[in-house]
Amino acid sequence: METGQLFERLRQRFPQQVLEIGGKFESFAVLDAGAIVDVCRFLRDDAETAMDCLSNETGVDFKDGIEVVYHLFSYKQRHGCVLKVKLPREEPVVATVEGIWSAANWMEREIFDLLGVTFEGHSDLRRILMPEDWPGFPLRKDFVEPQEYHGISTVRESPIIRLDQKH
Amino acid sequence: MSLLNTLPDYVLTTKTDELINWMRKSSLWYMLFGLACCAIELMHTGGPRSDIERFGATPRASARQSDLMIIAGTLTLKMALRTRLLYDQMPDPKYIISMGSCSNCGGLFQLAYSVCDGVDKVLPVDVYVPGCPPRPEALTEGLLKLQDKIMSERWLARERRSAHPAEA
Repeated sequence: METGQLFERLRQRFPQQVLEIGGKFESFAVLDAGAIVDVCRFLRDDAETAMDCLSNETGVDFKDGIEVVYHLFSYKQRHGCVLKVKLPREEPVVATVEGIWSAANWMEREIFDLLGVTFEGHSDLRRILMPEDWPGFPLRKDFVEPQEYHGISTVRESPIIRLDQKH
Repeated sequence: MSLLNTLPDYVLTTKTDELINWMRKSSLWYMLFGLACCAIELMHTGGPRSDIERFGATPRASARQSDLMIIAGTLTLKMALRTRLLYDQMPDPKYIISMGSCSNCGGLFQLAYSVCDGVDKVLPVDVYVPGCPPRPEALTEGLLKLQDKIMSERWLARERRSAHPAEA
């Protein structure tokens, strides 16, 4: 199925929840954050779409909000599509899709670890890459790197001394 | 006439320090410990083509049996704490070779939030090997430099060095 047809079908089924269809190079559908589980379950279970694989789930911090991006793929129908959910920066919360594709488990942990998005209903939501006691979420645009971590300085002076600044 | 000249051929004379150092440098067991792509070159250095074992260095799978730790690869802050734990488990005397740009100074990833800017922020380093990654010849050269350093040590009149550079 072509992506345009696919989104048309999605729009017919969820007229209220599909907020926007856009994209310059690869088109995507922006969804209402509350509807993500229903939409994903429909896309997986519908025989026409049959999205049996969540090939990627990731997050982006735009300065006015955080987006969670879902890349779906169907091995049966050989097509794919991109879904997006826009969340407020202050308290980004979205329901987990772990119950639909268990592959979401680690990817949602990574988004939680690096961007601080909370996935409601996730079975094991804790940091996956950074240490447990790491302060803040490093992929947020306003993240400030700490000066030291457990007594290890994170600053290294440049060994190059510029002659014009020496005196 | 010196006493040495009266000894038979099969008796060798040396100084205690030199004997200890010679034994120590000829059996530098390094820890089987790789962090990133430098570990591939580290494995190659231990392999048949460059064969670091001809200098007495052989990999050990336990920190408790190792004399030498080769920091091969990018040291993240998360790993730095574990690396310090491993270093503390090694028996004295122990040595560290920092292999490659990443462990020397953070290298390509120096400005990344998760990377420790050089292993010398955490542990005392004996030899730095530059390169990204260093060829096996370079690491072998680093081992030979470390052997030179060991030969210059004075064990009978030694001062113990601190395990943590911050306290030294």
